[in-house]
Amino acid sequence: MTRKLMMGNEAMALGLVENGVGLATGYPGTPASEILAAVAKSRSLRTDPLHVQWAVNEKVAFEIAYAGAQAGLRTAVSMKQVGLNVASDSLMSAAYMGTVGGFVVISADDPGPHSSQTEQDSRLMAVMAKIPVLDPDSPAAARRMTAMAYTLSEAFRIPVMLRPTTRVCHSRQDVAVGTAVETGREPAFKRDPLRWAATPKFRFKLHGELEEKLARIAAWTETAPVRHNPRAGGRRAVVASGVAAAHAREALEALNLWDALPFYQVLQPFPLHADFIAHLIADYDEILVLEETVGVIEMQIGDLHRTQGKWTGSVPRVGELLPEAIVGQIAAFAGRSVDVPQLPAVAGRRPTLCPGCPHRASFFAIRKAAPKGIYTSDIGCYTLGLNLGAVDTVLCMGAAISQAAGFYQAYRHAAKPPPVVATIGDSTFFHAGVPALIDAVVQQVRFVLVILDNRTTAMTGNQPTPATGIGVGGEALAVVEIEPIVKGCGVGFCRTADPYDVKSFIKLIKEALAYARETGPAVVIARHPCVLEEARRTGRPPGPPPVVTDACDGCGFCVERFECPALVMNADKTRVTIDPILCVGCNVCIQVCPKGAIEKAKDR
Amino acid sequence: MSETMRQQIVISGVGGQGVLFATRLLAEAAIDRGLPVFTSETHGMAQRGGTVVSHLKVGPFASPLIRPGQADGLICLKAENIPAHGPFLHPGGWTVVNRASGGVGSLDADRIACDLGDPRAVNLVVLGFALAAPGDAGKPLLFCSLAEVQRVLDRRLAGRDSALKRSRAALEAGANAA
Repeated sequence: MTRKLMMGNEAMALGLVENGVGLATGYPGTPASEILAAVAKSRSLRTDPLHVQWAVNEKVAFEIAYAGAQAGLRTAVSMKQVGLNVASDSLMSAAYMGTVGGFVVISADDPGPHSSQTEQDSRLMAVMAKIPVLDPDSPAAARRMTAMAYTLSEAFRIPVMLRPTTRVCHSRQDVAVGTAVETGREPAFKRDPLRWAATPKFRFKLHGELEEKLARIAAWTETAPVRHNPRAGGRRAVVASGVAAAHAREALEALNLWDALPFYQVLQPFPLHADFIAHLIADYDEILVLEETVGVIEMQIGDLHRTQGKWTGSVPRVGELLPEAIVGQIAAFAGRSVDVPQLPAVAGRRPTLCPGCPHRASFFAIRKAAPKGIYTSDIGCYTLGLNLGAVDTVLCMGAAISQAAGFYQAYRHAAKPPPVVATIGDSTFFHAGVPALIDAVVQQVRFVLVILDNRTTAMTGNQPTPATGIGVGGEALAVVEIEPIVKGCGVGFCRTADPYDVKSFIKLIKEALAYARETGPAVVIARHPCVLEEARRTGRPPGPPPVVTDACDGCGFCVERFECPALVMNADKTRVTIDPILCVGCNVCIQVCPKGAIEKAKDR
Repeated sequence: MSETMRQQIVISGVGGQGVLFATRLLAEAAIDRGLPVFTSETHGMAQRGGTVVSHLKVGPFASPLIRPGQADGLICLKAENIPAHGPFLHPGGWTVVNRASGGVGSLDADRIACDLGDPRAVNLVVLGFALAAPGDAGKPLLFCSLAEVQRVLDRRLAGRDSALKRSRAALEAGANAA
């Protein structure tokens, strides 16, 4: 059979498509971003309808997919762990009401964290919602688990969570290619208001049903833990799930303990199988539990005198469980003393906005216009405005606007209230910024909101936004622009400009600040396309780098305040040069240099 | 090459250098040989110019990550990463590094790529070098050959003639520097 190199996210997408998903939604977020586009790409495997769409946020995505499952289709929603927070209202309720068609909620966790605000464990959200969760250890397992998830979901009429982590999502593995499938399913929504629109009295009944389902799922053999090494014996066992199980397998082999320590892999961390818990308690005195990031399995084993894991503190609660840590854990558990090499703590290169990124010009202008401001910001590439000193706070999606309001209110009666400038990306504005802006208008919050509109969801790999009018598979959709939303929220000052024209842009922000001081919220839309997206879309090579003239005295202003990776100070700090490999010829630095020492390249 | 062959390679650089692409070419070459393969990648914020590292494991492995002290080779697109990623190597492990100042296993890939008029092809120049450089007793460093990677490149860039021509030139220039 033909095998193909497949990212975990692609393997899950293939799993969804070959198991008959009829409606798939999501909102991009690392490490889950590639799932939905891969579903759209695999559509050719299907002859029957398959609707795939990005939604404006995870809550909306969840509800669209959930309704599809209420109508009897197999559906799925994908997001990152913090996205599940946004969708949690819908999740908690959907667990009570249950489903008709199979419904898979993919929530990707990011132990480390590599590209997230938190290391939260989505499996705990499954515990809170009271739905089963599956924990794959590899791309191939993630694909198999989508089939398992649909079977489980339909057997018990319950939403099922599939919880990959970064090391599953962004690993690639050789995986057998998929084959065409046809589901023959038609939507068939059956009215049942006592369930689908249940009042509190009936929610009580549904809660009882849910508990019964969970008890039966904890006895369902298809998702039961797997014992990998039946020859091993003794009163000590290793229990692992997710990618920690993959690391543990290699660690046991490397330590020559494969035939010494019984090794169990949990596929369904919640609800943990009741027989399995009884077996562990009956047969083992010591149990090492390896899981990310919280002790979900360990807490269900429920005997902290026997377990060694996250709750007992034997396994670190913070950070990723790297394979070298797992070798150390297992060796110590087996009473072996081994020297496990570790990586030295070396400060790597910090991420920066790309050369030519329009956000850099916006941040430079904001600092120029409001040097003593409080700068609230948000989630996206532009979080890296930190490097330019133009980002003071980043909390979560949409918080730039509400936090700006909070700072305004906090300082409202101060003798000299600082100006407050919020920055938010276009996609984030659509996602969670609009309600906060309405609130700011109602409360007449005197702040400036700069919407960094680069016409894409850049950080996660350039997914479309509602303003691009393009779907996940490249199809044409309706367009919703930002300006009418801002005006519709009741904002009296709304102007759009290109931040590449730095001088005019600084002037515009000063106007906005003056308006805000007297009246209320002012919005500036900084519109310039993402350089990465533009290069990909047009295929145009970058323009020639500008030239640094002898007027450069090495003052370092451009390097510090503009922080473009292409601007490099020479070793004796007397002159700046431009790295031709990195420079994309945006020429914005020409306007930044206080000495006028950077000039446009002469036409060749 | 036998079915039980195992090779663990770390590929290191900074965001935008094409670490992922180089990793993928090698991984596909492994699949073409019928070998099981795992890679692990850096995505998200670090891709914006930050330190980026890929793990490539060819052979019957379960985990996508290479443990420190276990890598057979390190392909380093940015010499500044050696202190951070050198410790992935086992004591006999080899290094191929993009470095202007010379030394064993090093080449000035930035210059070679600039001379080709394709400054963004550093990844392929270094990969070409690693594929052609002789290792212990003249044996190749990598599990696959230059020709095999060229075939993967031909397949991946089929229909994009100018990109393919540039990429092949970069791979060959690196190989010629070995």
